[in-house]
Amino acid sequence: MLEIKNLHVKLEEEDKQILKGVDLTVEAGKVHAIMGPNGSGKSTLSYVLSGRDGYEVTEGSATLMGEDILDMEVEERAAAGLFLAFQYPVEIPGVGNMTFLRTAVNAQRKARGQEEMSAAEFLKVIREKAKSLKIDAEMLKRPVNVGFSGGEKKRNEILQMAMLEPKMCILDETDSGLDVDAMKLVADGVNALRDEGRAFLVITHYQRLLDHIKPDVVHIMANGRIIKTGGPELALEVENHGYADLLAEEV
Amino acid sequence: MSLPKAKQDATEARLERLNLPEGGWSASARRDALDRVTAMGLPGARDEYWKYTRPDTLNAPEAPPAEALDAHEAPIFGERDRLKVVFVDGVFDAGASDNLAMEGVEIARLAETADIHWAQDIYGKLETRGQTPVQRPHAALNTAFASDGLLIHVTGKAAKPIHINYVHKETQSDAILHHVVKVDAGAELTILESGPAAARFNKVVEADIADTGRLHHVCAQGRDHARRAVTHLFARLGTESAFKSFTLTVNGVLTRNEAVVEFTGDDAVAHIAGACMGDGDFHHDDTVFVTHDAVNCESRQVFKKVLRNGAVGVFQGKILVKAGAQKTDGYQISQSLLLDDDSQFLAKPELEIYADDVACSHGSTSGAIDEDSLFYLCARGVPRGIAEDMMTIAFIAEAVTEIEDEGLREDLVERVEAWLARRRA
Repeated sequence: MLEIKNLHVKLEEEDKQILKGVDLTVEAGKVHAIMGPNGSGKSTLSYVLSGRDGYEVTEGSATLMGEDILDMEVEERAAAGLFLAFQYPVEIPGVGNMTFLRTAVNAQRKARGQEEMSAAEFLKVIREKAKSLKIDAEMLKRPVNVGFSGGEKKRNEILQMAMLEPKMCILDETDSGLDVDAMKLVADGVNALRDEGRAFLVITHYQRLLDHIKPDVVHIMANGRIIKTGGPELALEVENHGYADLLAEEV
Repeated sequence: MSLPKAKQDATEARLERLNLPEGGWSASARRDALDRVTAMGLPGARDEYWKYTRPDTLNAPEAPPAEALDAHEAPIFGERDRLKVVFVDGVFDAGASDNLAMEGVEIARLAETADIHWAQDIYGKLETRGQTPVQRPHAALNTAFASDGLLIHVTGKAAKPIHINYVHKETQSDAILHHVVKVDAGAELTILESGPAAARFNKVVEADIADTGRLHHVCAQGRDHARRAVTHLFARLGTESAFKSFTLTVNGVLTRNEAVVEFTGDDAVAHIAGACMGDGDFHHDDTVFVTHDAVNCESRQVFKKVLRNGAVGVFQGKILVKAGAQKTDGYQISQSLLLDDDSQFLAKPELEIYADDVACSHGSTSGAIDEDSLFYLCARGVPRGIAEDMMTIAFIAEAVTEIEDEGLREDLVERVEAWLARRRA
C-alpha cells in the first residue's frame, strides 16, 4: 500500500534535516503504529506524505499503491487515497462543515472519474456516519471546526475519513487532547473502517490508543529514522520503560 | 470663504453643462442644493476625505466612456417575487417596469412633479444634515440636478420587495437619480437595487425611518468594467427602528459609496455592510459616517474587500457618539483579502466619542488567504483553486450575514462565486 524508501527531508527555511532515511512499508489491511519521543520526526513524516509546504525531500521515495506521491499536488494525493487526520484540525470560519465535505467528496470522485454524489444521497450517508460518531446535525451545519471542543474536532476528522473512504489513513496523534470516552469513540470509528483494502498508520505517543486500535506492527522512530520494528509488545515495552533503553540500543 | 481657483473652475465647468429641472415641489430644494454645491465646490484631491480616491473623473463635465457589458448572466433577483422598476441609463423604462402600486407602499416618481408632495419634507433635507461635519458635494449636486428617482412611502408591511434595476446601454451616459424613502411607524420594506446604471452614475437615497419602522436594503452594483459611480445613502432612524443595508460591488473602475446614518430616536439599530470584488483597474471606496445622537442604539459597519491584480480598496469609517448618547454599541470592521502583492487597501477608521457609557470598537486588517486552512481543504481533496474560492467566500461571509433574508444572501454569494469562477477559468 504505502512504501517509503530511504526518505530524507529537511526544512526548507532552516536547512535543518528532520528525516534521515526513513524506510517503512505498510501493507493493505494492516495497522502500523509509529511511536517515538518528541522531535523524532513523526509529524514531519505525516506532513511530507500529505504534501504540506515548507519541507524539501532531498533523497528517497514514497509511493502509494505503486504511484509516486511526492510529485503530486496535495489534492491529488487525497484523490489517490491518502488521508491525514490532523493533530490540530484547522478552524475555518465561514466555510460550512457540510459544504466543505460535500465539495471534498465530489472533488475526489471527479478526480477519479466517478459520478458525483447528489445532495440527497450525501445527506443520507453523512447523517448515518455522523450518528455513529455522536456528531449531531447542529455540528454539521457549523463552520468547519469552529467552536468545536478538542474531542469534537477529532471526531470530525474521523467523520471526514469515513465519508472520503481513503485507502491509506495516517492518524497524527489523534489521541492527543482526548478523554477516555472520546478516545473510545474515535477508536471505534477507526476500527469500523478497518478492512482488507485499507491501511492505517497511527502516530502516537502513548500505548493507550493502541489498546483500542490494535496495531499489527509497531515502529519506534527516533532522530529522523525508524530504529526498531516489532509487534504490539513493543508498544508495551515503551509504555513500561520509556524510550531511553531503545535509544541506548541504537547507539 | 472663496474656493481655490482650480476647485472653482472644476465646479463651474461641471455645472455649466447641467440644467435645473423644473422641479415643482422640489424646486426650492434644488435651488438650495445648487447654492450648496456652488459654495462648497466639487471635491479636490486635497480634501481630507478624498485623499485616497481621485475625484476628477467624477467631477468632469462629461462622463468618461464606459462600454456596457454583455453579461450573459441571468439578472440578479430575477427569481424573486418583487415589484420591478427599470431605469435605462437613468431614464425610467415604463415598458420594462411593473405597475408602481403595491399593498403597504405608495410609489411615485420624482420626475412627475406636482406642487405639493410628502417628499418635500425629506428631499434634500437629510442630504443637507449629512453635509456636516463632512462635505459631500456630489450629493448636493445630485439633489439639485437629479432627473428622476422613486418616492417611496411605506405605510405598512410591504407585500414584496421593490427592485430597482439600473440598465446601462449608452457608452457615455451620465445618470443622476435621487430616491426618497419614508417608512412609517411599524412599516417594513425591502429595497433591492441592481445594475451598473450608466457610464457614470450619481445616486442619492434619503431614507427617513419613523419609530419602529424597518428598512432592508440590498444592492448589487453592476459588473461593467469601466463604469464609475458615486452614491450616497442618508438614513435617519427613529426610536426602535431598524435599517440594514448591504452592497455588493464587483468590477467598476471607480466606485465611491458613502453612507451617512443618524440615530435620532433611542433603541434603534443600523447595520451598514458591503463586500467588493476588485480585479486590476478597480478602485472602490466605502466612506461611512454614523452619528449616535440617542440612547441605546446599535450600529455596525462591516466591510470586506477582495482585491487582486493591483486593485485598490478604501475604507473611511467614522462613529460619532454625541454627548448624552449613552449605552451606544458601535462596531466597525473593515478587512481586505489581498490575493496578490500588487493590490492595496487603505483604511481610516475613526471614533469620536462624547458620552462616557458606551461600547465602541473598530478593527481593520489586511491579509492573504490563510495557508493552513488552504492545506486543510486541499488535504481533503479540494483542488487548490476551489479551496481558494471557498476561503474567499468565507472571508466575505461576515458582511453577507448582515443580510437577514437567506435567499437574498444566496443570490449574492452566487454572484461572487461566478465572479471567482470566471477568474479561475
